[in-house]
Amino acid sequence: MQEPRCESPEEGEVMTEMRRVTAIRNGTVIDHIPSGYAMQVIRILGINTDRATPVSFVMNVPSDKIGRKDVLKIEDRELDQEDLDRLALISPAASIAIIRNHAVAEKMKVELADDLLNIARCSFSNCITKNNHEPLPQRMRVISRDPLEVRCYYCGCGQEIDELIENII
Amino acid sequence: MGNLVTMDDLSNDDIIAVLDDAERLVPVAKGEIILPLLQGKVLANMFFENSTRTRMSFETAMKRLGGSVLNFSSVGTSVSKGETLYDTMQMIDGYADVVAIRHPRQGAAQYSADAVRIPILNAGDGAGNHPTQTMLDLFTIRQAHESLDGLNVVLVGDLRYGRTAHSLSHALVRFGASLTLVSPTSLKMPVEIVSDLRSHGADVTETESLNEQITRADVIYMTRIQKERFPDEEEYAKVAGIYKIEVTDLVGAKKGMIVMHPLPRVDEIAPSVDSTEFARYFQQAFNGVPTRMSLLCRSLGVKVPKKVK
Repeated sequence: MQEPRCESPEEGEVMTEMRRVTAIRNGTVIDHIPSGYAMQVIRILGINTDRATPVSFVMNVPSDKIGRKDVLKIEDRELDQEDLDRLALISPAASIAIIRNHAVAEKMKVELADDLLNIARCSFSNCITKNNHEPLPQRMRVISRDPLEVRCYYCGCGQEIDELIENII
Repeated sequence: MGNLVTMDDLSNDDIIAVLDDAERLVPVAKGEIILPLLQGKVLANMFFENSTRTRMSFETAMKRLGGSVLNFSSVGTSVSKGETLYDTMQMIDGYADVVAIRHPRQGAAQYSADAVRIPILNAGDGAGNHPTQTMLDLFTIRQAHESLDGLNVVLVGDLRYGRTAHSLSHALVRFGASLTLVSPTSLKMPVEIVSDLRSHGADVTETESLNEQITRADVIYMTRIQKERFPDEEEYAKVAGIYKIEVTDLVGAKKGMIVMHPLPRVDEIAPSVDSTEFARYFQQAFNGVPTRMSLLCRSLGVKVPKKVK
């Protein structure tokens, strides 16, 4: 079986973790997910309801970069920009490898945009966006990345990270 | 576009310019001078929530400047049939030149500003912001102290749901005010607002006790504990009537100190305070007219003459 080439210590780390579970032929490897968040990533990418997609992951493994981390492998699916925008909320340090024919075909970094359109619903019960049938998009502003601070563009309310994940569209 | 959704829509220079214009418009607001600067223009007063002072002072301001007013109430209109705010605002976009909107939902003013082309003036959105009230509050403070710079301001009462306190505190710290926030724990200023105020380098103190603040204050800004904002009656009963100012409490107050209130009051300020040199709340209510005249002119791109005759 052909393995992805390892060119740096970080990639070496990825490879070590990838070997903990079965290698994939085509799909996506998401590395450097904060420890314990793999299930949330599965949920926000909608994989939890897709019974046709094989997924494997390791949790709580050591990482030089973020202490402990989770690593997720999704077969036969390549993440798009919308997926990356969602992922950035949970896992701003994640590194993504797109695997084609057992080799790393593309590497991507997530980047949290300043303005998040239709990524998550506001958690505040009296926000105007809670009105049924209002057509304008859900919209959040990123005030700070470290620590993460996100507010609703309309009502200005701060969003707790767990609520944000819960409210991802 | 001349939207005013939060105080962030005005720079400090804009604020001073609006207050200067408002000052020159006082004789027009009193009906002593006729100045039809907004003749032919239409204001839509879109009040999805009850209002007395704000709605009436907007209407007076528009009419004193020769404009006309459409008054909207959500009762008995298409809103009660389930129309979205977006659709309602799309409709009004074709009927009026400027909108004053009050809505029980927080964020409704920003949402409306994104939905229409005409300027939006936020006349209160849930517990969010009330920037036109802030402008008349600043006008009142400047009238009393001749400047907005470096004042000790004590904000009292419902700072959690009190939108007037939210907008006013944002504006005051930009002029170097020291803020003392007096409220019961359950009604403290939202953490994101306190964080914003401190990020401006503001000196912000939070306390539950009012009495010890009175002697050092330049402004005491009382607010009503708003029963309608509480999810349940029991929580309201725990804090109702917690802060009251009587004449005797004002012994030792600084000369020139003023007591303000956005009104309506319940029992926060005893009627005996009304006749003291400290009381400014009725003057404050009148100041809504020249200030909103000035804001309407700004929104519509109409210059207020340097000499109003």
